Amino acid sequence: MPMVEVAGKSFEVDEEGYLTNLNDWNQDIAEYLAKEEKVEMTENHWDVVNFLREYYDEYQIAPAVRVLTKAVAKKLGPEKGNNKYLYELFPYGPAKQACKIAGLPKPTGCI
Amino acid sequence: MSDMMDDMEEGGEGVVKKFMFVNRKAPHGTIYALEGLEVALISAAFDQDVSMVFVDDGVYELIKGVNTKGIEVKDFSKTYRALEGYDIEKLYVEKASMDARGLTQDDLIVDVIALDSAEMANLMAEQDVVISY
Amino acid sequence: MLHIVNKSATERNSLESALRLATKGSAVLLIEDAVYAATQGSVAAAKVQTAMADLQIYALGPDLDARGMSARVLDGVKVVDYGGFVDLVTEHNCCQSWL
Repeated sequence: MPMVEVAGKSFEVDEEGYLTNLNDWNQDIAEYLAKEEKVEMTENHWDVVNFLREYYDEYQIAPAVRVLTKAVAKKLGPEKGNNKYLYELFPYGPAKQACKIAGLPKPTGCI
Repeated sequence: MSDMMDDMEEGGEGVVKKFMFVNRKAPHGTIYALEGLEVALISAAFDQDVSMVFVDDGVYELIKGVNTKGIEVKDFSKTYRALEGYDIEKLYVEKASMDARGLTQDDLIVDVIALDSAEMANLMAEQDVVISY
Repeated sequence: MLHIVNKSATERNSLESALRLATKGSAVLLIEDAVYAATQGSVAAAKVQTAMADLQIYALGPDLDARGMSARVLDGVKVVDYGGFVDLVTEHNCCQSWL
């Protein structure tokens, strides 16, 4: 497995760049993974990333994008829980990119 | 997978079939329970009429109070609670399977409908597609 | 002899065979899906209870925990951890795994 070095520590990622061990995750790694995805993290990005980590903690899966959108709407309001908003934050797919930055595995039920 | 989705959209626009996933295995001894759950979650993307049923040892999949730290595997019992968000809301258990294991609905992590064996048989008989694990 | 059973008694007949063919004084260790047989209310529990007259029955704690069954263990069944599993193997001159 490839290793990456962030803030003097090395971490294992898979061949697609997803963090191998969920518990390795921290803010520095999130910033690094975001950079790899060419995403500049703002407060709005963090809201989604933190939401995903909470979702994973509760259900032990990364949600499909449809499920994510619905759940974000419920938690953060309809102006954030819609495809347009989430794709603006994460242009290459909110579930895929945001999950990666959140240190989660690839979404279940995302095809 | 995307080809399959295109086919379904072109050929079957608006056609909703009754899909049933039958779970008959205990959660950790084999991979079947986890695989069955993941397939059900993926199936939700196709907007079909999905039911999940739990019979025989499958009812053990829904037990609450699980702690998998000691065997170092993921606790996917929590994931059954995500089914609702995937619009899979029809969960059934067979009463006889619950009774044979000394279980009641209070022991389960999600709300289910308990059916007697004849009711379960009828529900199975009215499906278009049944996938069993 | 230590008999090790890992299949659910409500799905396979491994436990039934092990209990039938274990001699008096032998130990039976239930692991993985076999631990359900050592829980209250299961139809398999009656067989385990009967067998306890002649056999020592053990169940692996981490497998009970992972199945949410720790609070339902039958009286008389001894719960062991991985260290206890190793001890059982070393205490007996022979192990039989009923796959």
